[in-house]
Amino acid sequence: MSFTPPKESYPGKVYPVTIGTGGKAVTIGGENVLSFHSFEGETPNRPVIAMEIQDVPPADWPENVRKVFEGVSDDPVKWAKYCQDELKAKAIALRLVGTHPDRENRTPADAVQTVKDVLAAVDLPLIILGSNHAEKDSAVLIAVAEAAKDRNCIIGKAQEANYKTIAAAAMANGHKLIAMSELDINLSKQLNILITQMGFDKEKVITDPMCSALGYGLEYTYSVMERIRLAALTQNDQTMQQPLLGDVGMYVWKVKETQAPESDLPQWGDAEQRGILWEAETATALLVAGAELVIMRHPRAAAVVEKVIEELV
Amino acid sequence: MALSGVEIFKLLPKTNCKKCGHPTCLAFAMKLAQRQATLDLCPDVSEEAKQKLGEASAPPVRPITIGSGDKAVKMGEETVLFRHDKKFVNPAVFAVEVRDSQSEADIASVCAQVISSEIDRVGQKLRIDAIVISNESGDAAKLEAAAKTVASKAAGVPVIISTTNPQAAESAVKHFTDKKPVIFGANAANVEAMAAVAKNNKAALGIAAANLDELSVLTEKVKSLGVEDIIMDSGAKKAKEIIANNTLIRRAAIKKNFKPLGYPIINFIQREDSMHEALVATVCVAKYASIIVLSSMEKWKNLALFALRQNIYTDPQVPMQVEQKIYNIGDVKPDSPLFVTTNFSLTYFIVSGEIENSKVPSRLAVMDSEGLSVLTAWAAGKFTATKIAQFINESGIEKEVSNKELIIPGYVAILSGSIEEKLPGWKITVGPREANAIPTFLKSRV
Ligand code: B12
Ligand code: SF4
Repeated sequence: MSFTPPKESYPGKVYPVTIGTGGKAVTIGGENVLSFHSFEGETPNRPVIAMEIQDVPPADWPENVRKVFEGVSDDPVKWAKYCQDELKAKAIALRLVGTHPDRENRTPADAVQTVKDVLAAVDLPLIILGSNHAEKDSAVLIAVAEAAKDRNCIIGKAQEANYKTIAAAAMANGHKLIAMSELDINLSKQLNILITQMGFDKEKVITDPMCSALGYGLEYTYSVMERIRLAALTQNDQTMQQPLLGDVGMYVWKVKETQAPESDLPQWGDAEQRGILWEAETATALLVAGAELVIMRHPRAAAVVEKVIEELV
Repeated sequence: MALSGVEIFKLLPKTNCKKCGHPTCLAFAMKLAQRQATLDLCPDVSEEAKQKLGEASAPPVRPITIGSGDKAVKMGEETVLFRHDKKFVNPAVFAVEVRDSQSEADIASVCAQVISSEIDRVGQKLRIDAIVISNESGDAAKLEAAAKTVASKAAGVPVIISTTNPQAAESAVKHFTDKKPVIFGANAANVEAMAAVAKNNKAALGIAAANLDELSVLTEKVKSLGVEDIIMDSGAKKAKEIIANNTLIRRAAIKKNFKPLGYPIINFIQREDSMHEALVATVCVAKYASIIVLSSMEKWKNLALFALRQNIYTDPQVPMQVEQKIYNIGDVKPDSPLFVTTNFSLTYFIVSGEIENSKVPSRLAVMDSEGLSVLTAWAAGKFTATKIAQFINESGIEKEVSNKELIIPGYVAILSGSIEEKLPGWKITVGPREANAIPTFLKSRV
């Protein structure tokens, strides 16, 4: 029997989305095949890793990832420049976690100042994230979207409870938008539809089906991503053709495996390497499942994921 | 090509005798076509039909077991390309390489690490499953010496003997009689001799091809020489080629029922940087490898890879769950604390592990919530005040405890008032949100 490679071509395609401006702008998506399937179709853009920073010092990050940023993480501007100049990041994700009412409860005006300062200091594409408090995020993201006008950022996350205000703010100021739902392909589709029904361009949306860490529900995110991508490609479903986001660092650096010292659990081995690999492996699995954009915390985890991406494209 | 239900039906006795447990021969034929039944259930099927159907109804990826006894591992038997369609069946085997140019002490030390690699995670025992012994020296005597060391220092661990020299394979494989080893390294030049060694020693045969064309020619050749347990290396080394070849192989086997590629895949992915190697292994686990050959097995790396394999190979329809009951952790007394949680395996093992860590004997009441985590079960209405109260009442635990206090997960603090209403006489205490705070929480109570 002679072998004919069972290659597949699909009717659908992922929208290419460009973020940032000038020479440092990057494009994600654009492929008409499953992730890294360049043997049977076009994969014009490689996935992008955005380094996560925040508006307040990362006191809640575990020691092994916090210590890497000692000396810069007390100031988002220094932190952003470090990511750009030292780590050679391709994008930055600024999480305005300090605006959460249960945390520092910083005001929208504080957030605007932070965003302006960071944008003045770096020319990388910027992802601006709220604190995941539906109500407060509305106020904060409206303000910062305006402050970042025309820098072609990604604003997020718009969820079922607050998508209207956030999408309107992103639209008015020329930004891309993250649409996040909770691990369910139908919810994700529905949110994309609601957002586009407002007149928001469907090719400016990035879908976040919600992340989960290795060992803590990764298989759910993995399969939801795979199903979304298959719907986009095989059914040419236009409401599912957005690039996918994996918000990896935040979920990974709270599980026990990224924190427990080796002295407590000798059978788990070196804690630092373990944490870094936990993040890198979660990101890699999601890239294989369909993510085009991942947000990560540890520079070594990001670097090794970059290395495997290099092997995959 | 797979036969359709109707094509299969034509080959059955058509008596509708129901002995197969199906109402009609047609119903049985449909099940066969969907691979939800096996032909041996029909006692009356003719020899001719058996032969025709046997080929067509065999699983698209041949099941192969290597090793023997309780460390034997099974692979193959997969039926889908995506895990959301149906559970991936036999988890990828992690193998680590020893080279015959290494010293005996070094080889023995790798063996010891393999033996001690076993970890318990969410109730499953996970380990580095196999050892590859490679003939790096090119010297048959050295390969045999290494084989001897592995046979004695890692007794029972499945092995893969990697050499292209049939004589070397022959002398090494003798150390694993009846242990179902793999001889890896058949190629166009040596295939006859290698197949003979595999056949005479009841070993599986690994084929090292340069591409998929050559691979499918070689598997047919090996099969015609009387060896059916075949393991395939398509020659892919870079992650990009691994995704391409593994995908094409799995698709050919499953969608086209292309028999020459219907065997388990082996990927050799040794890299200098161990963390990089782990990420290539991640790609292999996700994309259809049955054996993944690593160069090292640091504990942190093993843990991450085991967790990934577990995630990818869990049943997408049924979360892993434990039995509803009250678990005693440690030597409980009437006044020991009582916790309540859901029956999602991960939740149960995390919480019970932390209670164990605290060294405070406690009871853990695990409520059936269809395998959902605390917050998911709460959001789905399966871990509500009414249900918790009913479960505690029906469990009869009231008679065994001296103080009626129930500790609930911090994430469902909101339930405390209504549980108290529904469980008169009980005190409801809100525990910490994260289980890792349980030891401190318990210590602060005494
Ligand atoms: C994986 C997941 C799912 C999976 C189910 C997995 C499973 N088997 O449970 C799926 C995709 C099916 C799912 C579905 C839903 N989910 Co869900 N899901 C998650 C996710 C990502 C992880 C859950 C998990 O596995 N956690 C790990 C386990 C170990 O955690 P745990 O059981 O809570 O245990 C911890 C603590 O509670 C504590 N603990 C446990 N027991 C006890 C006991 C005591 C006494 C103490 C002191 C402590 C303690 O210890 C553990 C470790 O610290 C979370 C978000 C997240 N990242 O946490 C959302 C999440 C739980 N889901 C959520 C929702 C809303 C849903 C849905 C209703 C929505 C939907 N998408 O359709 C459905 C409901 C399910 C249904 N209708 O059948 C919400 C809940 C919101 C809320 N606050 O109520 C969450 C928090 C996501 C979010 N941010 O909105 N989900
Ligand atoms: S046992 Fe065989 S003959 Fe009888 S109903 Fe089933 S398929 Fe038909």
